[in-house]
Amino acid sequence: MAHSATAADTKPWRDPAAKPFIKIRNITKKFGDFTAVDNVSLDIFKGELFCLLGGSGCGKSTLLRMMSGFETPTSGTIEIDGQDMARVSPYNRPTNMMFQSYALFPHMSVEKNIAYGLLRQGMAKPQAMVKVAEMLKLVKLEKFASRKPHQLSGGQKQRVALARSLVKQPKLLLLDEPLGALDKKLREETQFELINIQETLGVTFIVVTHDQEEAMTLSTRIGVMNEGIITQIGEPTEIYERPATRFVADFIGSVNLFEGTVDMAAPDAMRVKTDSVGPILVNPVPGLTQGQKVTVALRPEKITLSRTQPSGNNILHGMVEDVAYMGNLSIYRVRLDNGNLLKVTRSNRLAEQEPISWDQEIWGQWSNAAGVVLTS
Amino acid sequence: MGSGNLGPVEQCRRRGANVMSEAAHIPMRRAPGGNLITRMLSRVISGRALVIAVPLVWLLIFFVIPFVVVLQISLTDAAIARPPYTPLFGDNWEFYGDLENYAFLLSDALYINAYLSSLKIALISTLLALLIGYPMAYYIARTEEPKRSLLLMLIILPFWTSFLLRVYAWIGFLSLNGVINNTLISIGIISEPIVMLQTDFAVYIGIVYTYLPFMILPLYANLVKMDVSLIEASQDLGASPMSTFFRITLPLSLPGVIAGSMLVFIPAIGEYVIPALLGGPDTLMIGKVLWTEFFNNRDWPVASAVATVMLVVVVLPIILLRNAQPKEPS
Repeated sequence: MAHSATAADTKPWRDPAAKPFIKIRNITKKFGDFTAVDNVSLDIFKGELFCLLGGSGCGKSTLLRMMSGFETPTSGTIEIDGQDMARVSPYNRPTNMMFQSYALFPHMSVEKNIAYGLLRQGMAKPQAMVKVAEMLKLVKLEKFASRKPHQLSGGQKQRVALARSLVKQPKLLLLDEPLGALDKKLREETQFELINIQETLGVTFIVVTHDQEEAMTLSTRIGVMNEGIITQIGEPTEIYERPATRFVADFIGSVNLFEGTVDMAAPDAMRVKTDSVGPILVNPVPGLTQGQKVTVALRPEKITLSRTQPSGNNILHGMVEDVAYMGNLSIYRVRLDNGNLLKVTRSNRLAEQEPISWDQEIWGQWSNAAGVVLTS
Repeated sequence: MGSGNLGPVEQCRRRGANVMSEAAHIPMRRAPGGNLITRMLSRVISGRALVIAVPLVWLLIFFVIPFVVVLQISLTDAAIARPPYTPLFGDNWEFYGDLENYAFLLSDALYINAYLSSLKIALISTLLALLIGYPMAYYIARTEEPKRSLLLMLIILPFWTSFLLRVYAWIGFLSLNGVINNTLISIGIISEPIVMLQTDFAVYIGIVYTYLPFMILPLYANLVKMDVSLIEASQDLGASPMSTFFRITLPLSLPGVIAGSMLVFIPAIGEYVIPALLGGPDTLMIGKVLWTEFFNNRDWPVASAVATVMLVVVVLPIILLRNAQPKEPS
């Protein structure tokens, strides 16, 4: 990925002394009795592409709308570049927003839509038109300058909306489901384009999305939201490999969850006794004591399948019940001897690897490091 | 054991009976005659034509034919006869018509002034209704649902009382010892009653009051469809609320403005009842002139010419506005 190279040298969120560009402190938003955003605090750094990820109604859009000024927080503060936003109206904020519906002005041409923001801030028309031409070039829409929005395809509208929100060079660009209305193929292409544009211009992006793949591809960091609360903030790998809660583990990707209690906590390994698959060995987690209730999360791709009994820790035996061939990988549902189901994925990288199909006897095995112990 | 076996057998039999009776019904449902007649009928008159035919026939009988009659009378001369005009065609179909009455309308300043005055009153009333109606329509369109229906209901509510009664009620408000004058005197703001009734002011009040719902409803229908995110996008791009209104909201609501304005302007220009009840002797409106020609002077041909010219005056702005409306889909 293009952005990981540059993001790797600068990860300001890892430096406790770094000064955040956007400081959100104890933000709460209530609609009547309903709490949409519940006491959220968040630091976002300059040049980041931050994703707010969550299901519908989790409060991610409300949080975004509070940053743009369309919703007033019930309590808490938002600071952008050291300036408190509480009394700043939407049309005076150093932010721009790209709307989910794109919200292109239907009575104006593409050119006029993009120039709108520049002209409102008092820029002279010839100067504005030069900037518009630059933006049109950036989003590769030079030929469509005089078209009206209804004469454009979904992908073209998306680019116009992006150009319009970027032309004023905002300190912060807020994107509400920017790729939500595009089909899968176009969405994948546009993801990388979005990253390139963000890197070229160096603008801080905050993206709201419900699509975990999109969040993983785009972002430097992800904030996973659930019921108005940010459950976990972290880099994509962190969120995936070390989820903080059951919700995050379940929401991001596919996972096997085993509930149980800590059976033995030794310095080199820890044993969790589960009801569904018996004892599981995991790497020790400091602070956990015997008898504590935990959940072990196991990603399906960490399990190795074989037709013959393997050696090592964490071995389960069962029958293949379902195989879903996805091209690059296959998904297996294994019915264990005790009747529980286990999800396993296997990459189809090698053409000559041992074929596995329905109703075959199978063994699954994983290392101690694969299981993630969750306490909430 | 025996009774246990009987159950299913009986059920089977009953099911069999049902199958039989269903089978017996099938040929009855497919009676060949009905289908053929329906098919032949639908060849001659399709459902679509039937739906359009009803209003077309209505317009033909109650608009086109009367208009031809009026047009024909406007070409004849007044006469002491029954009906009170000379025939348009002679016994051998000689044509006696001329444009004398139209020339007469041009020669007498009364008619031209009446037309101009009607146009002025209708235009100012339309503008006033737009200025009052737009904020009301906007507010209703932005209100949440249970309250919105209530507000719309309140706009439509006056229609439940007769139009004539409502105009009469204004006399009670505006007359020298009416509600408004009495209130102002009792508070002590004025010592002498203000003359409001029988002035142009009263006519404006009457027209704006009566036709305001016709302005609000099409405006509301337009504004309620407007995507709120467009307004937010405009503000987000740095436009003040004022600038947003004039650059986004107003241009996008133009079809509603035009529809509402036409619905007020057209009936206002030919208004008779309101100037007759609320206006004074100086209030010159073409509707009143028309009444005088028909019923006081009994000059049907001149009255018909006045009516024909009025129709042209009303239809012209409609055609112009229709052409001015953008044709692209929104």
